Amino acid sequence: MAEKRTDPMAYQPGMAMITSDIRDKVLINVDNYDYSKVSARDVEEALKKDHLSMEDYGALLSPAATPYLEIMAKKAIIETRRHFGNSISLFTPLYIANYCENNCVYCGFNCKNKIRRGKLSRAEMESELEAIAKTGLTEILILTGESRHHSGVEYIGAAVKLAAEYFATVGIEIYPLNADEYAYLKKCGADFVSVYQETYNLDKYQQVHLSGPKRVFPYRFDSQERALMGGMRGVSFGALLGLDDFRKDAFATGLHAFFIQQKYPQAEIGFSTPRLRPFINNADNNPNDVHEKQLLQVMLAYRLLMPFAGITISTRERAGFRDHVIGMVATKISAGVRVGVGGHEQEEKGDEQFEISDPRSVTEVHEMIINRGLQPVYRDYIRV
Amino acid sequence: MTDQLVIGGHPFNSRFILGSGKFSLEIVKAVVENGGAEIVTLALRRANLGGEENILDYIPSNIRLLPNTSGARTAEEAVKIARLAREINCGNFIKVEVIRDSKYLFPDNYETIKATEILAKDGFVVMPYMYPDLNVARDLVNAGAAAVMPLAAPIGSNKGLSTRDFIEILVNEIAVPIIVDAGIGRPSQACEAMEMGVDAVMCNTAVATAKNIPLMAKAFGQAIESGRNAYLAGLGRVLTEAEASSPLTGFLED
Repeated sequence: MAEKRTDPMAYQPGMAMITSDIRDKVLINVDNYDYSKVSARDVEEALKKDHLSMEDYGALLSPAATPYLEIMAKKAIIETRRHFGNSISLFTPLYIANYCENNCVYCGFNCKNKIRRGKLSRAEMESELEAIAKTGLTEILILTGESRHHSGVEYIGAAVKLAAEYFATVGIEIYPLNADEYAYLKKCGADFVSVYQETYNLDKYQQVHLSGPKRVFPYRFDSQERALMGGMRGVSFGALLGLDDFRKDAFATGLHAFFIQQKYPQAEIGFSTPRLRPFINNADNNPNDVHEKQLLQVMLAYRLLMPFAGITISTRERAGFRDHVIGMVATKISAGVRVGVGGHEQEEKGDEQFEISDPRSVTEVHEMIINRGLQPVYRDYIRV
Repeated sequence: MTDQLVIGGHPFNSRFILGSGKFSLEIVKAVVENGGAEIVTLALRRANLGGEENILDYIPSNIRLLPNTSGARTAEEAVKIARLAREINCGNFIKVEVIRDSKYLFPDNYETIKATEILAKDGFVVMPYMYPDLNVARDLVNAGAAAVMPLAAPIGSNKGLSTRDFIEILVNEIAVPIIVDAGIGRPSQACEAMEMGVDAVMCNTAVATAKNIPLMAKAFGQAIESGRNAYLAGLGRVLTEAEASSPLTGFLED
C-alpha cells in the first residue's frame, strides 16, 4: 500500500516560518524563463555585458549558448582571476553521521535504504579531526544525514565546537534549521552553511522527496536566509543538476543566490554543482542530461552572474575535469575526501552517500594546483 | 634632499605599495624586488602560522608588513583582527578594511572611522581604506589615521581613477599621506595618480593578473616613480586653446 503523501508546502511541527518574498520572486521568474526562445543574438548581447540582467543570465544557460562555451570560459577566467587571483582554497568534508529520516528517491542515505548507519562518538570525532588537521587543511565541512533523533542540533554543535579547535573555518552541510539553531551553531564556531534545494520545481520536488522533513519545500528554500539571520557569514546554493530540467534549476539557483545577496549584501555567496550523471552511451540521450559540457555551462553562468561568488568543485567529478575548472571558474576544491561516516583515521562507521571520482589526497591535489600555476590556499579566514 | 614617503613617522623611499594575495607565493620575493616596494600588504586571514603555504614565510624580512583587516564587517571585528596581527608579530602598521558588501567590496566609511579611532589610540599606525569623501577623510585624520587610502575604482576592477575629482580634493585638503588603493589597472593610471599629487599607490590585481607578474611590478614601480617626479617637477601648462599672440589686455597703460 502506498504511503500517504503530505502537502510539500505544509510546515511540519518545529519548523519556524520567516517572512520573505525571495521564494516568490525566484519562482515567478523561473516560471517565466523559456530558454527555447533564446537566440544566438541574445547570447552575444549577454556576453558583451559586465553585469548580467536576469534575461542575460537565462540566455547563458540556454541551449543557444552551447556554441559560445569557449567565449564564456574566456570571460569567466578573467572574472575569476580578478576576484580571486590565482588562489584555490582547499577543504575536506567530514561525515559525522548518516542516519536519515528522509525518503529521497535519488539519495544513498535514503531512510528506506538498507545501508550501514552510524555516527561518530566524541572520541572518534576527535581522532578524525586530528587526522584531517595533520594533512595541513584548515577548513572543514561537517556533514550529517537528516535525523534530529540521531544527530540533533546539540550533537552537531558539539562536533562544530571540536572542529573549531582544529580548523580556522568550519562549514556545515546538514539539514535545515531554524534561525536560532543556526545562531547556536554559529556560536559553536560554524560560519558557513550549505543547503541544496535539489530542484526548484515543486512538482518534481514532491515526486522525489516522498517523506520526511525534507519534503517541506518552502522550509528548505528559506534555509540560507535563516542561516544569515542567525549570523552565519556565508551561504552556499546548489541544485542537483539532472534531477529535473537542469537549465531551469540552475536559473533558479542563480536567482536565489542573487536575491539573497541583494537582501544580505554582507553575505559571502557560494555555489556547488552536484549532478546526476547520465548513462554513458545511452542511445536515448535526454536533452536535459547533464554531461560535462552542460555542467561547465552552468558553472560559467554562475560565475558570470556573480563574479565574486565562490564555486566549489566536488569529487563527484573526475580529476581531469576538476583540474581544468579550477582557476577558470571554480575557486575551491576538496581533497582527501571520504564520503562514508568518518574514514579519515578510523574505519568508516557507515556507508557512503555517493561514489567519488577523485580520490586524491591533499598532497596530490596540492601538487596538481601548483603544477597548474595556481596557489593552494589553506587558510583564508579568521574567526572573530 | 631625498623625497621620502613618511607614514606615522616611518620614512620610505618607495611609493609603491604592493598587495600580495592574488599570485603565487613563490614569486612574492621577485615581485617585491622588481617593483622596488618597501611596503607589502597581506590579508591576516591568509596567515597560516606554522602551516602550509603561509604567506608570512614568503615576504622578505626587510619589507614593512601592512596587514589588513580583510574579512571584517564591523569596527569591532577589524579591531580584533588588528590586535591579532600585532600578537603574531606583524608589527603595528594596520590597513583597516571594513566591508559589508560582498559584491563591490566597498568600504564602510562609518565603521572604518570607529575602528581607526580605537586602533590609533591603541598605538597602531592606522591606514584606513575608504571611499573618497572629504568629511570622512577629515574624521579619519581626527581619529588618528596616519594616512588615508581612498579607492580609485572598485577593487579588482582595473578601471583606473574613476574617483579622480574626489581624490584630488583629498590631495588638496588632507594633511596625511593620500594613498590610492584599489581600481588602478595600468601603470599609466598609477602614474596619473602620482602626477596629481597623491603620495603613494597601492596595487594588487593589476599586477597579479599580468602574464609576467614580476615585470608588471617593475612597470608599476617605474610609473609611480615617474609620476612622482613629474609632480615634483611641476607639470607644464595645459591650455585648451591656442594662446593669442596679442594679449587681450595689451592695451592697458600705467
